[in-house]
Amino acid sequence: MNFEQIVFYLLAAVSAASAVLMILQRNPVNSALFLILNFFCLGGLYLTLHAQFIAMVQVLVYAGAIMVLFLFVIMLLSLGDERRLKESLGWKAYTAIALTAGLLSELFYIFVPSTQTFTSQSANAAQMGTVEYIGTVLFTKFLFPFEVTSLLLLAAIVGAVILAKKKIQ
Amino acid sequence: MIPLNFYLILSAFMFCVGVLGVLVRRNAIVVFMCIELMLNSVNLSLIAFSSYLGDPTGQMLVFFVMTVAAAEAAVGLAIIIALFRNKQTVNIDEINILKW
Repeated sequence: MNFEQIVFYLLAAVSAASAVLMILQRNPVNSALFLILNFFCLGGLYLTLHAQFIAMVQVLVYAGAIMVLFLFVIMLLSLGDERRLKESLGWKAYTAIALTAGLLSELFYIFVPSTQTFTSQSANAAQMGTVEYIGTVLFTKFLFPFEVTSLLLLAAIVGAVILAKKKIQ
Repeated sequence: MIPLNFYLILSAFMFCVGVLGVLVRRNAIVVFMCIELMLNSVNLSLIAFSSYLGDPTGQMLVFFVMTVAAAEAAVGLAIIIALFRNKQTVNIDEINILKW
């Protein structure tokens, strides 16, 4: 096993385990911390795919900004321990597990046998993830979606402020 | 080299964990975090495809998904705060005022 495979298997194992642990935690703060670990591992996996810029954005925006917002809201609402919340669902939970197992087996049925195609990354993958290349594509081919994004963010700011305000006149 | 479908299998597994979390958990904030997990697993498959096909469009799409996820997180958490202020709970079984 070479270095690349070791890194991939390590990051994949940690991200899968932290995703499972996230939904098993009673305390939402622990869930949020496991999700942050998951996002860091995904950032590492993006690096193995030669997407350096997206990996940095993943760590800064997801593991940084968005998860800090989540932790801030959890602590603002002082939910702390979730034990008061009734989590036992009975037949609903078993139905959900059965449906998810069905979905997972369908996806595995599609993905597992197809090892013969796309065994190695594209030749220009290494220079594709740089800030220079991303910036060039973003400001030429994807200029209009990029500008629309600013409008979306403005709408989100206004919406969040209005919704979280105490009283709406 | 690692074949493309290893990344897709990991992505599928994480997506299913997110689906299970949304269906089973009752805490609105944890449900919301599971939605973020699903968005991220799809991002992983997009970047994997982008890198193996040599096409930057996948990475651009991930860039926009991240923007939408940030906006969604801000608005969704504001909705959860407003709900908690009105009903003193984040249990999604008790938040059923839209149910006919």
